[in-house]
Amino acid sequence: MRFTVFQDAPGVSLRSRPLLDSYRRMQPIVRWFHQLGSPPTFDRFASRWSRVFYLAALPVLLVGIWQGLFVVPAEQNQNDAFRIIYIHVPSAWMSLFVFALMALYSAIALVWRIKICEILAMACAPMGAGFTLVTLLTGSIWGKGTWGTWWDWDPRMTSELILLFLYLGVIGLYHAIEDRRSAARAAGLLAIVGVGLLPIIRYSVDWWGGLHQRQSINVFGDNAVRAELIAPLWWMVVATKLWFVGSLLAKARADNLGREAGKAWVAERLGPAGGSAQEHPTR
Amino acid sequence: MIAPGTQPGLWQTARALAGRDLRLLWRRRGDALQPLLFALLVVVLFALALGRDPPLMAKVAAAVLWLAVLLAGQLALDSLFRSDAEDGSLEQWLLAPVPLAWLVLVRVLVHWATTALPMIAVTPLLAEMLHLPHDQLPILLASLLLGTPLLSLIGGVVAALTVSIRRSGILVALLALPLFVPVLVFGAGSVAAAARGQDPVGALLLLGAGLVVALVLAPLATAAAIRISLS
Amino acid sequence: MQISPNTPPLLSATGLAFHRNDEPVFGPLDLQVDAGEALLVQGDNGAGKTTLLRVLAGLLRAGSGTIQIDGRPAGHRERAQFVAYLSHLPGLKPDLDTLENLNFLCGLHGRRARQMPGNALAIVGLAGHEGTLVRQLSAGQKRRLALARIWLSPAPLWLLDEPYANLDLDGINLVNRMISAHLRGGGAALVTTHGAYAAPPVRTRLVTLSAAGQPSQTAAGDLA
Repeated sequence: MRFTVFQDAPGVSLRSRPLLDSYRRMQPIVRWFHQLGSPPTFDRFASRWSRVFYLAALPVLLVGIWQGLFVVPAEQNQNDAFRIIYIHVPSAWMSLFVFALMALYSAIALVWRIKICEILAMACAPMGAGFTLVTLLTGSIWGKGTWGTWWDWDPRMTSELILLFLYLGVIGLYHAIEDRRSAARAAGLLAIVGVGLLPIIRYSVDWWGGLHQRQSINVFGDNAVRAELIAPLWWMVVATKLWFVGSLLAKARADNLGREAGKAWVAERLGPAGGSAQEHPTR
Repeated sequence: MIAPGTQPGLWQTARALAGRDLRLLWRRRGDALQPLLFALLVVVLFALALGRDPPLMAKVAAAVLWLAVLLAGQLALDSLFRSDAEDGSLEQWLLAPVPLAWLVLVRVLVHWATTALPMIAVTPLLAEMLHLPHDQLPILLASLLLGTPLLSLIGGVVAALTVSIRRSGILVALLALPLFVPVLVFGAGSVAAAARGQDPVGALLLLGAGLVVALVLAPLATAAAIRISLS
Repeated sequence: MQISPNTPPLLSATGLAFHRNDEPVFGPLDLQVDAGEALLVQGDNGAGKTTLLRVLAGLLRAGSGTIQIDGRPAGHRERAQFVAYLSHLPGLKPDLDTLENLNFLCGLHGRRARQMPGNALAIVGLAGHEGTLVRQLSAGQKRRLALARIWLSPAPLWLLDEPYANLDLDGINLVNRMISAHLRGGGAALVTTHGAYAAPPVRTRLVTLSAAGQPSQTAAGDLA
C-alpha cells in the first residue's frame, strides 16, 4: 500500500477554492468583518478612519472645554477647581469602558483566534491605563482643592487605583511572554478574569469604605443636579470616546504594521523603508 | 487499583494525583514548612515596625495576620504548577481522560491543604503574640478558612498564566494582589466589623458564596491559562 | 494482523499547517497512520518535527487543517483514549522512585491489560531499580523509565519524540523491539528522529520535513 505525502511550499495553499465558495455565500456584513481581519485591509481601514475620528473629536473637545471653563457658573460653596470634574468623570467612565472593551476583544480573540482582535485588545491596554491615571490625578487635584488632602482613600478613587494595577498587570504580562500571540492570549485571559472580578472589587471596596460611616464624594455637591452643569459633561464624554476610537485605530494600525513587517504588502504600502524593517524580537 | 485496560474516572485520577502530591510533600518535608515560617516572620517584622505597644498591636492584629497569610500564600503560588511544567508532567495532564479543570481543582485543593492549613493551625499562636482579643479569634479563623481556598483558587489562574515565564517573581504578585482585594477586604473586614460590634456574618457569607463560585469557575480559567502557557 | 478495508486510519491529518510569529513552521501537510504501521518523521533540527508532534498530540492548535483520530474529529476524548505522547521532557517526578512514578501515571492515564509496572521495569532493563529515586537515575535510565510508562499506556497510537535520544545501542534496540511488539499487537507509532540510523524494523513510512522556506523534499517508501 503506497501513499503520498505532499508538502506545498509555504504560503501556497491548495485549499483556497472551497474558501472562495464559502465567502460568496456569506452575508455582506459578516463578510466585511471577516475581511477586516486581514492585515492589509485593516491597515487601509484604520488609517482612514482614525483620521476621521480624530478630526471629529477635536471640535467636540473644544466645545466641551469652553463650556466647562467659561459657560458653567461657579458653585457657591466650591471654587473654580470643581471644573476639573469635566475631565475627571469622562476619564473615569472611559477607564471602565476601555477595560470592558479590552476584555471583549480578548474573548473574541480567544474563541475565534482572530489576530486583529488580539492586536486591538492589547492596544486598548495602555490607553485605558492612561485614562485611569488621568482619573486618579484629576481626582486627587480636585480632592486637594475641596478637602485639602491629595489622597483620602475614597472608595471610588481606591477602586480606580486597583483598576490601574489591573491594567499594569495586563500590560506587564503581555510584555513578559516572548511569543506575541501567546502573550496576547494570556494577557487577554487575565483581562477577562479582571473584568469579571471588577464589579466584585468595586463592591468590596465600597463596603470597606462604608465600614467607617464616612461620606464618599458627591461630585456635584449638595445642590440638585442642574441641566447646565451636565451639558459640558456630555460633550466631554462624546469627545473622549471619539478621540479614543481614533487613537485605538492608530495604535492598532501601528502594531499591525509592526507585526507584519517584512511582508510584501507592507513594503508596497510604506515603500522600501517599511519593508526592510524587521520586527524587534522582544517587543 | 484500576481495572486494567479501562480508563480511570474522576475519583481514581483525583486519588492518584492527591496521593502523588502528598508523597512529594513528604519527601520534601522541610519545604512544606516554608509558608508557615514566612508568616511568622511577617508577624515579627510587623511587631518590630509598630513598636512595643500591646494596645496598638491588638488593634491591628487581625489585619496583620490576614496580610501574613495572604503574602505567604502568594509566595507559595510559585510551587503550584512550576515543577510540573518544568519536568513535562503538566503536558501529560492534557492527555488524561478527565477534564483538565478537574485535575487543576484537585491540585489546587491539595496545595491549599498543604500550604494554608498549617498556617491556619498556627494562627492562634501568632494571634497571641500580637495580643489579638480572644473574642475575635473564632471569626478570624472562620474568615481564614473561607478566604484562603479562595486565594489559592484565584492565585491558581495567575500561577498558570505565568508558569512558562522564567523568574516571574514580582510579576506574579502584581497580577495576583489586585485580584485578592475582595477576599482581603471581606476577610479582614469581617473581623474588623466584629471588633466594632457589627455583625460579621454578612462578610463571611459573601466569602462563602465567592468560594462556591470560584470552585467552579477558577479551575476552568486556570485550565484555559495552562493551555495558553503550554502553547 | 488483518485490517479490514473499512477501518478508518488510526490517525489522519489533512492540510495541517502551523505558523509561529507568522513564520511557517511546517505544512500544509497530509499524513495517515493505520494500525500496525509506523511513520517515521525525519528532519534536521528546527524543521518542525517536535511542533508537528505537539500539534498531533493536541498541545498546540494547528493554524489550518484537520486531524482525525479513528475516523472521528480529534477532540479531548479521542486523544485521551487513543494517544500516548512521549516528549523531550519525560514527565517524571525526581523525588519519587520508579514504581511510584509508574503507579501515578497509570492512575492518571490507565493501564494496558495484563501489564504491571513491575514487569514494565524489567522489560526496559530497570529491574532491580524499583526503589531508586528518579533523581538518582542517569539520563539513559530516565529515558528507559519513560519508555516503561509508554509501554504501560493503554493507548494504541504512540507519538514518540526522539525516543532514541540519550540511549546506547542496547537502548536503541529496546525501542525498536518495543515498537515492533506494539505494532504486532495492533498499535501504531509516529516517531521523530534525526537520522534513519535508528529505524524500527517494521513496516515504516517516511516523511521528511525540511527547514521552512527551503524547497520541500518528500519521500515515500517501505523500509524493510
